[in-house]
Amino acid sequence: MKRMKLLAAMALSVTMAGTASADLVIPSLEYRTGPYAPNGIHFADGYTDYFTLLNERDGGIGGVPVRVIPCETAYNTEKGVECYESTKGEGALVYQPLSTGITYQLIPKATADGIPVHSMGYGRTSAANGKVFSHIFNYPGTYWDAASIIVKHILEQEGGDLSGKSITLVYHNSAYGKEPIRTLEELSKKHGYNLTLIAVDHPGQEQKSQWLQIRRERPDYVLMWGWGVMNQVAIQEAANIRYPMDHFIGVWWSSSENDVIPVGEGAHGYKAIAMHGVGDDYPIYDDMRKYVLDAGKAAGDGSNLGKVLYNRGMYAAMLAAEAVRTAQEMTGVADINSAQMRDGMEALKIDAARLAELGLPDFGPPIEVSCGNHGGPGLGAIQQWDASAQSWSLITGFIGADRDVVDPLIAEDSSAFAAENNITPRDC
Amino acid sequence: MFYRESGDFKTSYVQDQQIFPIALDRVFVGIVIAFAFLVVPFLIDDYWEKSVLLPVLIWSLAAIGLNILTGYCGQVSLGTGGFMAVGAYASYKITTAFPELNMFIVVLLSGGVTSLVGIVFGLPSLRIKGFYLAVATLASQFFLVWLFNKVPWFYNYSASGQISAPERLVFGVAISGPNAPPWATYLFCLTFVVVFALIAKNLTRGRYGRSWMAIRDMDIAAEIIGVAPLKTKLSAFSVSSFYIGIAGALFFLVYLGAVEPTEAFGIDKSFLVLFMIIIGGLGSILGSFIGAAFMFLMPVLIKNVFVGGFGWSTDIVAHLIFMIVGGLIMFFLIVEPHGLAQLWRVTKEKLRLWPFPH
Repeated sequence: MKRMKLLAAMALSVTMAGTASADLVIPSLEYRTGPYAPNGIHFADGYTDYFTLLNERDGGIGGVPVRVIPCETAYNTEKGVECYESTKGEGALVYQPLSTGITYQLIPKATADGIPVHSMGYGRTSAANGKVFSHIFNYPGTYWDAASIIVKHILEQEGGDLSGKSITLVYHNSAYGKEPIRTLEELSKKHGYNLTLIAVDHPGQEQKSQWLQIRRERPDYVLMWGWGVMNQVAIQEAANIRYPMDHFIGVWWSSSENDVIPVGEGAHGYKAIAMHGVGDDYPIYDDMRKYVLDAGKAAGDGSNLGKVLYNRGMYAAMLAAEAVRTAQEMTGVADINSAQMRDGMEALKIDAARLAELGLPDFGPPIEVSCGNHGGPGLGAIQQWDASAQSWSLITGFIGADRDVVDPLIAEDSSAFAAENNITPRDC
Repeated sequence: MFYRESGDFKTSYVQDQQIFPIALDRVFVGIVIAFAFLVVPFLIDDYWEKSVLLPVLIWSLAAIGLNILTGYCGQVSLGTGGFMAVGAYASYKITTAFPELNMFIVVLLSGGVTSLVGIVFGLPSLRIKGFYLAVATLASQFFLVWLFNKVPWFYNYSASGQISAPERLVFGVAISGPNAPPWATYLFCLTFVVVFALIAKNLTRGRYGRSWMAIRDMDIAAEIIGVAPLKTKLSAFSVSSFYIGIAGALFFLVYLGAVEPTEAFGIDKSFLVLFMIIIGGLGSILGSFIGAAFMFLMPVLIKNVFVGGFGWSTDIVAHLIFMIVGGLIMFFLIVEPHGLAQLWRVTKEKLRLWPFPH
C-alpha cells in the first residue's frame, strides 16, 4: 500500500512537472567532465549565471522565470542526443550544444521538432543561409567568417600581399576542425599563399609529430582550430619550438585563459580571433556579483568571471534572452513556445544602445538577424595575450569577413544540403 | 516446482534438439518477443526510442558479433569500433549510390562488406594468438578510422567530413532521417536483432559453432581431430564482422543519423563492446544482451536517478557514473567471473531442483 502511494506520488509529480509550464525552459547541454571540460566549465558557468541573474534581478524575462535544465554531454554526440531527447519534452525553447558534432546531429532533428538551435560561432557554417536552415542560427559569426577575418589580419600585417607566403592550419580532426578548410583554400587561390593542413586527432594531447613538421617547414603563419586540451598542448609545443607567437593565431574557441596560462611566459603574444569584448570591466558584472555571486547562487565556484569563455557563455545566454524578449514583444505572450522563440530569433536586433542598456557597452558588434541571414554580421576582432599582465586585449576593431569569398561558399554548401534533403528554400 | 522438465517428454530428435528444451523457456521467450513486436511499438516515444531501446538493440547485435569471435572462437579483438565504421560507411556509400535500394538489403550488404574486411584483418590470427592478436586487431581499429577520415570518397567529399543519413522509406514509412517515427525505427532494428540472434544461436549450436569452440578450447587438439584452423578462424572473423557491420550500419542510419569516424567509432567503442561481452558472459548469446543492456543502461539510470530524481549537479553525477560502473564491473568479475549469463544459468539449475535440492 505504501509503495502504491509512493508510486502515485511519483506519477503525480511527473505529470505536474509536465504541466507546470509557466516558465521558460532553456536546456543547457554542457560538459564539465572529459578532455573538453576545461573550456566547457567556463562557458556553462557563464550561461547559467546569466539566467540566474535575470531570475534574481528581474524575476525572469518579461515576468516569466527561466528554468535552466543542465545536462552533461561530455562533448559526446550520443550523450548529446540523449540530453536532447530527455529535455525537449519539457518545452525547451532553444538548444546551444556548444559542440559542432552535436549540432550536426540536432540540425535535422530539431528542425523536424520545430525547436531552434543556436550554434553561436560553431556548427554548420552554411546554416547562415536561413532560407534553407529555418531553425538553425549561428549569429554573430561563422567559422568561415573567422577564417577570412584572420587572413585579412595577416594581409594587413604583411602589407597587403601574401603571394609566396605559407600558412599552416593545425586543426582538430573532426567536423569542427575541418570546417575552415574550404574557405582557406578559396582564399589561398585569391591571395596566392600556400596552405598546409595538419590534423590533430581527438583529444589532442599528443602533437609532437605535428609540431616537428611545423618546425621543419617554418610556415609564416600558423592558424589553429582547436578545442579542449588540444589548445594548451599546441601553444606549449609552439613555445617549445620557439615559433613566433604573434604569427600563431587561433579561432575563437582557441582563445581562452586556460589555453595560454599553463604555457606561462612562452605564450606571450599569442593571438586569437574574438567575437566579443574581453575582461570583466562591464557594468553587468556589478550586478552579477551582487545578485548571483554574493548570494551564493553561482553555477561554478565564481572564480571565472570575466574569463573569455565565461563571457562567451554569458553572451550566448544574453542573445537567447534577448530573442525571448523579442518573441514576447512580437506575440504579446509572456510564456512563449519554441515556434515563437524561432520567430523571435529571426527578428532579433541588438544595437549599441541596447548593449549599453544590458550593462555590456561595446561588448560585441550590433546584431541584426533576418529571415535570409542567420549568420549575423560576421564580424570579429583580433585579441592578443599578454603573459606578464595575464590578460587578453583587443588589438583591432571589429573587422568584416571577405563576403565575396564566404557568401558564395555558403550558398553552394547550403544548396547542396537542400538538394540532399529535398528542402525547398523559403522565400525571404 | 515452477521450472522443470518432468513430464515434458521428447519423442523425436527434432524436439530434443530445439533451442529451448524447457517448455517454460519457450513460452517466456515467445511472450517477450511478442511483447517487443506487438505492444512496445504502441508505447514507444522519442526518448525511449533514441535513448534506451535503439542503442540497446544495436549494441546487443554488436556484442553478439564480438561474442562469436571472442567468446566462441577465442580470438580477442579490439577492432570492433573500426568494423562498425566499415558497416556505417558501407551503408552510407550504398544508400547514396543506389537511393532506390531497399533498406533491408542496404544493411545486409553493409554487413557483407564488413565481413570481407573482417576476413582480411583476420588473416594474422592464423599466425598469432592472444594478446598479440589483440594488438593486430587494434591496428585495424586505428587504420580503418584513419582511412575514413583521410579519403574524401568515403564521405562523398562533404566539407565537414561528416556523413549524414538521408531519409529512406521501408514500406512507405521513413526509417532514417529526422521524420522517422519511433515505432518504425524500433521495429526495423528489432527485426534485425531477433532474426540474427536466432541465427547466431543456431550457428553456435551447429557444426560451425562446435568447431569454433574446439579452436577456442585448444587449437592444436582441434587441428588433430580434423578442424581446419584456417577455415574456422576466418569463418568466425567473417560472421562476427557481418554482425558488427550490421550493428554499425544501424547505428549510423537509424540511431545517430550523422557520424564522424573519430568520435562515433573510436577505440572506446571497441572497449565498450568488449566489456559488454565480458560482463554479460563470454560464449553466451543471452549474455550479449544482458551485457549490452547493463553497460549502456546503467549510466543512463544513474543519471536519471541522481540528476533527475535528487537534483545533484551534473558533473558530480558524471564522475559518480565512472566510479559506480567501474565498481560494479569489478564486483561482478570477482563474484561471477563468467558473467551475468552464468548467474542466470546457476539460477536455472537451482530452480529446476527447488524445493528439493538434494
